[in-house]
Amino acid sequence: MGILDKHQVIEKNVTLLLVSSLVVVAIGGIVEIAPLFYFQNTIEKVEGMRPYTPLELAGRDIYIREGCYVCHSQMIRPFRDEVERYGHYSLAAESMYDHPFQWGSERTGPDLARVGGRYSNAWHVQHLEDPRSVVPESIMPGYAFLATTPLEYDDIGARLVANQRVGVPYSQDDVTNAIPDLMAQATPNADTGGLMSRYAKVTAADFDGNPREITEMDALIAYLQMLGTLVDFSSYDPEANYR
Amino acid sequence: MKHLSETIVVGLGALLVLLAAAFGQDAAFRTHAWVIFLVLGAATIVMLRRVEIVPAGAKRVPEDTSGYMDGPIRVGVILTVFWGVVGFLVGVWVASQLSWPQINFGPWFNFGRMRPLHTSAVIFAFGGTALITTSMYVVQRTTRARLFGGGLAWFVMWGYQLFIVLAATGYLLGITQSREYAEPEWYTDLWLTIVWVAYLVMFFGTLVKRKEPHIYVANWFYLAFIVTIAMLHVVNNLAMPVSLLGSKSYSLFSGVQDALTQWWYGHNAVGFFLTAGFLGMMYYFMPKQAERPVYSYRLSIIHFWALIFLYIWAGPHHLHYTALPDWAQTLGMVFSVMLWMPSWGGMINGLMTLRGAWDKMRTDPIIRMMVLAVAFYGMSTFEGPVMSIRVVNGLSHYTNWTIGHVHSGALGWVGMITFGAIYFLVPRLWNRERLYSVRMVNWHFWLATLGIVIYAAVMWVAGITQGLMWREYNDQGFLVYSFAEVVAALKPYYVLRVFGGLLYLTGGLIMAWNVYMTIKGHVREERPMVAPRTGLQPAE
Repeated sequence: MGILDKHQVIEKNVTLLLVSSLVVVAIGGIVEIAPLFYFQNTIEKVEGMRPYTPLELAGRDIYIREGCYVCHSQMIRPFRDEVERYGHYSLAAESMYDHPFQWGSERTGPDLARVGGRYSNAWHVQHLEDPRSVVPESIMPGYAFLATTPLEYDDIGARLVANQRVGVPYSQDDVTNAIPDLMAQATPNADTGGLMSRYAKVTAADFDGNPREITEMDALIAYLQMLGTLVDFSSYDPEANYR
Repeated sequence: MKHLSETIVVGLGALLVLLAAAFGQDAAFRTHAWVIFLVLGAATIVMLRRVEIVPAGAKRVPEDTSGYMDGPIRVGVILTVFWGVVGFLVGVWVASQLSWPQINFGPWFNFGRMRPLHTSAVIFAFGGTALITTSMYVVQRTTRARLFGGGLAWFVMWGYQLFIVLAATGYLLGITQSREYAEPEWYTDLWLTIVWVAYLVMFFGTLVKRKEPHIYVANWFYLAFIVTIAMLHVVNNLAMPVSLLGSKSYSLFSGVQDALTQWWYGHNAVGFFLTAGFLGMMYYFMPKQAERPVYSYRLSIIHFWALIFLYIWAGPHHLHYTALPDWAQTLGMVFSVMLWMPSWGGMINGLMTLRGAWDKMRTDPIIRMMVLAVAFYGMSTFEGPVMSIRVVNGLSHYTNWTIGHVHSGALGWVGMITFGAIYFLVPRLWNRERLYSVRMVNWHFWLATLGIVIYAAVMWVAGITQGLMWREYNDQGFLVYSFAEVVAALKPYYVLRVFGGLLYLTGGLIMAWNVYMTIKGHVREERPMVAPRTGLQPAE
């Protein structure tokens, strides 16, 4: 047992113990994580992907704040049952602007990666206010307070800037118009020309059915209604990105 | 003047937080700052009352620094018990919310905000305080040196508690990064980084000034735990705050890179926080309580290096069949399966320490707790590699099987080894002849064991039911069950889980009472725990 006898050297030298431990634990992470920043199939750009509109981003922040990720995944695996239940399996590119990712780890509730457009805005309002009124078996908490809480959006420009700094391609134009864009998307009959020119495939609506103010409910439903709707899978070619 | 400078620092901290409360950019941040101001304000008042001003010319009695520093350890033991009970209680509450959704009280007490409170209370408040406390005890006893850094140990203990309060109140206010087991926002993370560096300095410094030439194996594990958690914490929490006076930040990485960084962290929070650290605990307290040396020195060398090397690779098994590339998933799976070996190396080393002393299982409920802990460690480190195999994971992922697996590790391994260490420490730290009641330890043992068994079994059934129902097809090729039907099918299991959790919580409450009475100096009149001649006897 020659090698094990030499281990005494480490046992008597605390600096050596510290440094060798650190080296040993650093290897795995470097080998696994670093290549993800360079490999084609993890950094591919897919047609249709765009950054979140200011209202959707505000909704996403509420989704995170309320811990929705605790029970809902946003990652459809390539299984027959999942594809039939939820839609096309999720692509890496579909979460490329997600800081942080929302893949989740549990399905206490169903996957939401492609929930966008599946239900009406009114259904979402009622479901969030009282889940069991539309799904009797549901064990989801109620979120009625979202409908009565005005959305805080003074700092939405700053939130776009923070995203810009971590690599989301918001233009200066997007940042300057963040507040008008947010208001336009949630206000009925507003002029959405600017918003539409900056963001493709946007749905503007009075999401919560309350035209008097922009609430947190507006923002959350705007986010839910766009989930998984950006990529047009009729034109997506998976072969092109095989490893 | 004793405590004066510390009091000034805490007071200034309170003032700074008050300014943050005034100028905060968002409502959540302002509320959070108010909460922290109240905490630090109360701390300042407590500190002020303890300031001793020595009149000029009078001789100041210097603190005796010749022996071991046990003050922070005593505080840590009490806090560990407290956080344990809190963590279990919140666990029972969130389990009840899944059984009876009516008991969600939004916005602060909805499940989505309560679950991080539960996981963090158990992992970081209960587990973390236990690790810091026991490491302070073990490193002094095995190096025969006083803790390095004077008051640094106090800063580590209370600084860590402030981190817990920041994290816990933040969750209820909706301040979260949504990174599982790393939910606290950027400013809480920065604070933890400061505390953690102080912890590393304290621990490393004590090892440097040790009076024993050899560094005992428990300290390898503690050191690896501290340094790896530092690395994981810093990398996983890299984020861009929206404002320096706001609660919100956006993570540096996105999508698939972010997912793997998070689960590289997440799995190694299990590997280093909940495994390596607690193995350190096992390597000291188990031989001590059994009064036997560790089984194999060679095995401890091999399994230490193998464990810390292999664990880091296992993260991708949390992302099987996702958009993470297959090669990374395969690496994660292969390393997870290999990890089985060093894990069982630790289990064997722990169990075999009892060779020649197995009779203590009958007479000493503390040893029994430790043995059960190691047995659960072995069980869950076998279950883990099985679940990391891709096809098995295809069924188990997203289901309650994962929850069951985590709890057999957390309640069985982490909980039981910590209870054993606490029962070992309390009489020694407060110079009591023995615990208030050994029979109550026995009650705790059986309640906890029964609780874990119910919990784990129920979650296996629930998880596999869930996984199978989701993928069930009828003979015409249609999915049989809607998602809501699967939710309804789980109701009985959710209710049974509450029952299992209640048993575990009751055990925790008995421990709290036992520890309290021991510290107060009471000794319960009771029959001693000797094995009756007629064979084994169930709990009384």
